[in-house]
Amino acid sequence: MTTLTTARTTPGERIVPGAERTLRNRVTLGQAVSDTLAMARRGLIKIRRTPEQLIDVTVQPIIFTLMFTYIFGGAISGSVAAYLPVIIPGILVQTVITTSAVTGTQLREDMDKGVFDRFRSLPIARIAPLAGALVADTVRYLIATTLTIGMGLLMGWRPGGGVGGVLLAALLVVVCAWSLSWIFAFLGVIARNAGSVQGISFLVLFPLTFLSNAFVPVDTMPGWLQGFVDTNPVSHLVTAVRDLAGTGTVSGQVGVALLSCGAVVAVFAPLAVRSYMKKA
Amino acid sequence: MTTTAIEAEGLVKIFGDNRAVDGVDLEVATGSVYGVLGPNGAGKTTTIRMLATLLRPDAGRASVFGHDVAREPFVVRQLIGVTGQYASVDETLSATENLMLFCRLNGLKGAAASRRTRDLLEEFHLVDAAARPLRNFSGGMRRRLDLAASLIAQPPLLFLDEPTTGLDPRTRAQMWETIRRLVATGSTVLLTTQYLDEADQLADRIAVIDRGRVVAEGTADELKSSVGQQSLQLTLAHAAQLPSALDAVLDVLGVAATPSPEARRLTVPVADPARVTDLLVRLRGAGVDLDGLSMDKPTLDEVFLTLTGHATTDAASPELEEIPA
Ligand SMILES: Nc1ncnc2c1ncn2[C@@H]1O[C@H](COP(=O)(O)OP(=O)(O)O)[C@@H](O)[C@H]1O
Ligand SMILES: [Mg+2]
Repeated sequence: MTTLTTARTTPGERIVPGAERTLRNRVTLGQAVSDTLAMARRGLIKIRRTPEQLIDVTVQPIIFTLMFTYIFGGAISGSVAAYLPVIIPGILVQTVITTSAVTGTQLREDMDKGVFDRFRSLPIARIAPLAGALVADTVRYLIATTLTIGMGLLMGWRPGGGVGGVLLAALLVVVCAWSLSWIFAFLGVIARNAGSVQGISFLVLFPLTFLSNAFVPVDTMPGWLQGFVDTNPVSHLVTAVRDLAGTGTVSGQVGVALLSCGAVVAVFAPLAVRSYMKKA
Repeated sequence: MTTTAIEAEGLVKIFGDNRAVDGVDLEVATGSVYGVLGPNGAGKTTTIRMLATLLRPDAGRASVFGHDVAREPFVVRQLIGVTGQYASVDETLSATENLMLFCRLNGLKGAAASRRTRDLLEEFHLVDAAARPLRNFSGGMRRRLDLAASLIAQPPLLFLDEPTTGLDPRTRAQMWETIRRLVATGSTVLLTTQYLDEADQLADRIAVIDRGRVVAEGTADELKSSVGQQSLQLTLAHAAQLPSALDAVLDVLGVAATPSPEARRLTVPVADPARVTDLLVRLRGAGVDLDGLSMDKPTLDEVFLTLTGHATTDAASPELEEIPA
């Protein structure tokens, strides 16, 4: 009898002694994927069971889009209609990235529960409990993305990139949010409690999203600030989204955004998993 | 090839300056039930967590069926099931969803996972509550689900951390029955408990642990004889009948009873509880009237007092006389 095929016998049957079992030393990639999917399924059930946790991804896109557009529209672009192509990609990026920070807070809360002990005691891929939670959270990003774009369309935004461009832009934002959520997962794993994750996340996110080209044209800023804003990856993402949605062109900015995302995952996924496994 | 399920040597775990586990040695034979007995804070959970690869020992080594827990954790995890002291199931999921999740994580797919989930729900009498959220589960139901989840892969070694703490007597008896059935299928079980009678009922061997150290190890009988037996307390209706009562005890049980100060009460050491009936019959025959009687088992407190020279509550007080190892 091999590995876990023993699990296919019915309860009450004689248990195969430890010494007679064929045991594996490590997980295969296939198992890592199926473990992650099983954990993602758990995450989806949790989202369905606790709809109150979706408040941020539903209310925020609606309120922010309305507020920013009507308050700044006239001042920045001369009119609300002229501001929409600028602000909708900006709000989209800001909202979805903020949402990805919530992943860290919820992961921290989740990890304090007894069920994580069971996950750690199972012969599963070490990355699965984290990756699964992050995969399930893409649902949250999809909701925020859809609502923001929907609000924009309702308010008269007519993106020149057409359906294809907008879909690509949405996909890019979701991918980037997912990549960034590894940073917050790492913070969630190392933080003492959910409250401190929220505090640190806010400290990181606030300057990143506001010191960017998301809401105002960069040339209105002082020179020293322009330097930061131009290198801020959030600015590159916002520009990429404007290019995709506004003109349907896959600009070099898309590549920059994707590369940054890849780098973030390459650094923070191993960090998060390592700290997660070390945590007593 | 080894017949030893668990071998631990000098396990140590230090939290800050608290030596939670301070040099624990264990040897658990395959197919046996091993009881780790100790009061709150003795280091039982910490010991289990190290053996179950959840916590890295600060010193010492341990192996499960010959596989080192620190060097081959992934192999060890294929051989164990862990039911924690606090429910290690997902509160937001239903019983079915929990078991399906753990079936999938154990490599069972689709129909096989459903079948296994159904079987376990039936075996642990959870079918009626299967779809309900766990919030409304009683303590006993939660424990049963927890245990069911630990059995999905039919692990040859099972860790049960205080499986009956907080359960009512009926549920506790059911849990004992379940554990006995498990052992009958060939599983090795390491359980922790704060109750001497539980260790007595279930365990082939018992380690008594106190302040992170094993202070006694042996079979239940060996342990009990080291602490003293049960005793029968007799209260006589008339102090004048004391001599006849003493005679009857000596005659039937062959031991001398100890009269208590007011001389209406007798304390009788009892090696074989079945003989108490004989004693009662004899007392009635001799015309001795009883006002009351009770059987007292040695309590964990007495075990501790005897084995460690301090009461269990001491474990919570500042450890002034702690000797650094
Ligand atoms: N994660 C931890 N951090 C700090 N101290 C701990 C931790 N876990 C347990 N302890 C301490 O270690 C000692 C043993 O705890 P534990 O193993 O839970 O005992 P038991 O299970 O026998 O009640 C206690 O003094 C407890 O406070
Ligand atoms: Mg404990």
